[in-house]
Amino acid sequence: MSLDDATVRKIATLARIDLADADLAPLAKELSGIMSWIEQLQEVDTDAVEPMSGGTDMTLSWRKDAVSDGGHADKVLANAPEAHEGFFGVPKVVE
Amino acid sequence: MTELTQLSLSAARDGLAKGDFSAVELTQAHIGAMDTHRDLNAYITEVPELALERAKEADYNIGQGRAGALEGLPLGIKDLFCTEGILTTAASYILDGFTPPYESTVTANLKAAGAVNLGKTNLDEFAMGSSNESSYYGAALNPWKKTGDNSNLVPGGSSGGSAAAVSARMCLAATGTDTGGSIRQPASFCGIVGMKPTYGRCSRWGIVAFSSSLDQAGPMTRTVRDSAILLSVMSGHDPKDSTSADLPVPDFEASLTGDIKGLRIGIPDEYRLDELDADVKALWEKGITWLKDAGAEIIDIALPHTKYALPTYYIVAPAEASSNLARYDGVRFGLRVEGDSLDDMYVKTRAAGFGEEVKRRIFIGTYALSAGYYDAYYLKAQKVRQLIYQDFVSAFKGVDAILTPTAPKPAFPLGENSDDPVAMYLNDVFTVPASLAGLPGISVPAGLSSGGLPLGLQILTKRWDEETLFRVAGVLEETAGFSGHPFDGEG
Repeated sequence: MSLDDATVRKIATLARIDLADADLAPLAKELSGIMSWIEQLQEVDTDAVEPMSGGTDMTLSWRKDAVSDGGHADKVLANAPEAHEGFFGVPKVVE
Repeated sequence: MTELTQLSLSAARDGLAKGDFSAVELTQAHIGAMDTHRDLNAYITEVPELALERAKEADYNIGQGRAGALEGLPLGIKDLFCTEGILTTAASYILDGFTPPYESTVTANLKAAGAVNLGKTNLDEFAMGSSNESSYYGAALNPWKKTGDNSNLVPGGSSGGSAAAVSARMCLAATGTDTGGSIRQPASFCGIVGMKPTYGRCSRWGIVAFSSSLDQAGPMTRTVRDSAILLSVMSGHDPKDSTSADLPVPDFEASLTGDIKGLRIGIPDEYRLDELDADVKALWEKGITWLKDAGAEIIDIALPHTKYALPTYYIVAPAEASSNLARYDGVRFGLRVEGDSLDDMYVKTRAAGFGEEVKRRIFIGTYALSAGYYDAYYLKAQKVRQLIYQDFVSAFKGVDAILTPTAPKPAFPLGENSDDPVAMYLNDVFTVPASLAGLPGISVPAGLSSGGLPLGLQILTKRWDEETLFRVAGVLEETAGFSGHPFDGEG
């Protein structure tokens, strides 16, 4: 399993992590190493196997679809790098 | 007051109840030990003033005859648990300055029982690592050193700061979290007891998420009894975590009967790896003999998919992590690096805020979940995970518990595996299978390597059977008689 520079560039874009061109090749090599080690999973016969999607076989509990808490705008915004009048501040997204 | 830090949690509890010393004295003694051993970098944030304030309240409560189960007992809290009003970092730069306005359920349970929080312990960034070296705040160090060799060793990870703090007597006990071995492996490296409960036993609410189908909180202590006491308080149903089990919490301390006569202990042949350290192998054999001599029946079992556990884990955990860590976007909390546009701000913030190992796992996870690869990697890993679980289900039809080594080797020097991620991942070869299966597991210190370093043995039981786990662990602890202390001769 070998990842080329273009694939790594695409992954970094999807993951929203800035990557310098100089870092592409070494990272591609490193990720390829890990993925070829993972490749051994392909030798397992899983044809009739149900995927296991969680850590428990208990039925997850349900609760009423009702508001149980809230009204803490100040607390919610307390750690924001930028906040204005009860809202998060972000760079301009519409010209 | 040094001797107060040498007490077990249960002895300190009894001493407080009898009035032999006060919670303030006990807390003060631990604050002193935190000063003495600050070079271990076991804590990211220390809160001595808050701790003393809490200890005063505890003394008052004890005087009034209304002490909680952990009243006045000083603990270290892994810095992955959100603590109201106290900096919470997950050892990552991206959470720079984050002070939660809420308390995690597990730490709220500890608080309600009267425990004293001494501070937030060091860890691998976002709990991703097996050596604590990926912490933005620098590596925590193992208080143990090899005989005749002064080099610094890793405490293991990711709960390395908690393990180092418990081992160095800088707290009576600590919380940890375990995703693939992050409680058990550092416990083995530092000569303490580390316990991961059944997935769903402790609420995950308010714990910084890494891999949501695997993450579990658990106790890190110096005795099995302390582990049982702490787990009873940490566990319980929480409506805020839909995966938290709505089951009664047993009195785990009561399960330490000291009697394992007639219990069937499984020994998995697949764990006899070629690369297993000779001392670890020898200790495992000793452990088998000890349990047999205590009246247990030893049975060979097969866990045929064991060798696929690590590669399965390194798809499942990074996939979930890549999704969980999408929330760090420079908008709601932590670090922001300004950019020309919203997208530019995202990519710059995340590039600056995440460390190398975290980025590596986000990339692997993003790749495994991306269009065209989902079935080949993520779905495949979920299916193999099912086979690994079914191996255990079959095995537990014939045995009550399983005995294995915790880690394939003792603690290693800093930097040893830093340029080979896969070599680092192999540290968790014996702990990851139970994590994938959601089983409880405990590492009990059982002996020293030829180089004088602690080694742990791991016990596993079926889901929700922590009582048998503690029962066997208690007997193993008793027969192993591990009394090692990292600063032998230094007090």
